[in-house]
Amino acid sequence: MAYNDGSELFPTAIKLLIAGGFGVGKTTFVGSVSEIEPLTTEELITEASIGTDSLAGVENKSTTTVAFDFGRITIDPRHVLYLFGTPGQERFWFMWDELSNGALGAVVLADTRRLDACFEAVDFFERRGIHFLVAVNEFNHAYHYEPEEVRAALHLKPHVPVVLCDARDSRSATSVLVSLIQHLLVATMSSNSA
Amino acid sequence: MAVPEDESWLDDDAGRLVRPYTVSNGRTRPTNKLDLLSMVMATGRLPQAHLDPDHAQALDLCHNPTSVVEVAAHLRLPAVVTKVLLSDLVDCGAVTTRDPSPAADPTDRFVLEALLDGLQRRL
Repeated sequence: MAYNDGSELFPTAIKLLIAGGFGVGKTTFVGSVSEIEPLTTEELITEASIGTDSLAGVENKSTTTVAFDFGRITIDPRHVLYLFGTPGQERFWFMWDELSNGALGAVVLADTRRLDACFEAVDFFERRGIHFLVAVNEFNHAYHYEPEEVRAALHLKPHVPVVLCDARDSRSATSVLVSLIQHLLVATMSSNSA
Repeated sequence: MAVPEDESWLDDDAGRLVRPYTVSNGRTRPTNKLDLLSMVMATGRLPQAHLDPDHAQALDLCHNPTSVVEVAAHLRLPAVVTKVLLSDLVDCGAVTTRDPSPAADPTDRFVLEALLDGLQRRL
């Protein structure tokens, strides 16, 4: 098609999701790793758009505005990584296909004071077959749990990595992304050899 | 109220002064398939027809390759409305686009290794 002329000029955009309960530090995490100030945009999703991304016949459907934050890391001239913080309070995003479709992987941020807040995200990525790891955001004054205790509490499969991080710290948050990509590489190799 | 043409129709407190779906003329279905991470870039070809301020502003944001979601954030418009505007610009040849689908394969080792190198360099 004519408008695809010169597509080699475009870098490949890659999407990672940063999920977890409300107030767990998703926006902080995105801000720590992003090369730009995190941006916010919104989408209007309707019952009709769930699963179909179509707003046809919108007049009789309930709609909700879902706001989400995102950041960007230019990896090299050919690859740009986008990090999408999933909308925290809205359960709708679980049904919003466009957000999760094509995601390379996901970070589930967990707060040990409210581990149950990330159950839904863990369930969602398991069901969708999206590879993820759990990053425990170590808040000040929160009781320290070992990664294996978190794994047991969340009933995580043995291959799912659990790491500790400080979402406010750029190096720490970037290390979480490195761990995620390493996890994806291992998953790729094991599926190729299977 | 007179608003100079080169200023965006935004008010810091109130947000946009024009309702989102007025911008897209009520349309919610772009003629081109665009995803949040479709990349868009101005071609340098100016459309024959005069661009209204919203289309012109969208075009201004595409001088370098950028994503639909970034254009939406800067326009402060819902993604679906932004897609309609960008799709119009694609139709008139002012913008070219690339589908994000090549990124969708989580088993592409070349991509994963490029990401790993790039992220480790930032540590």
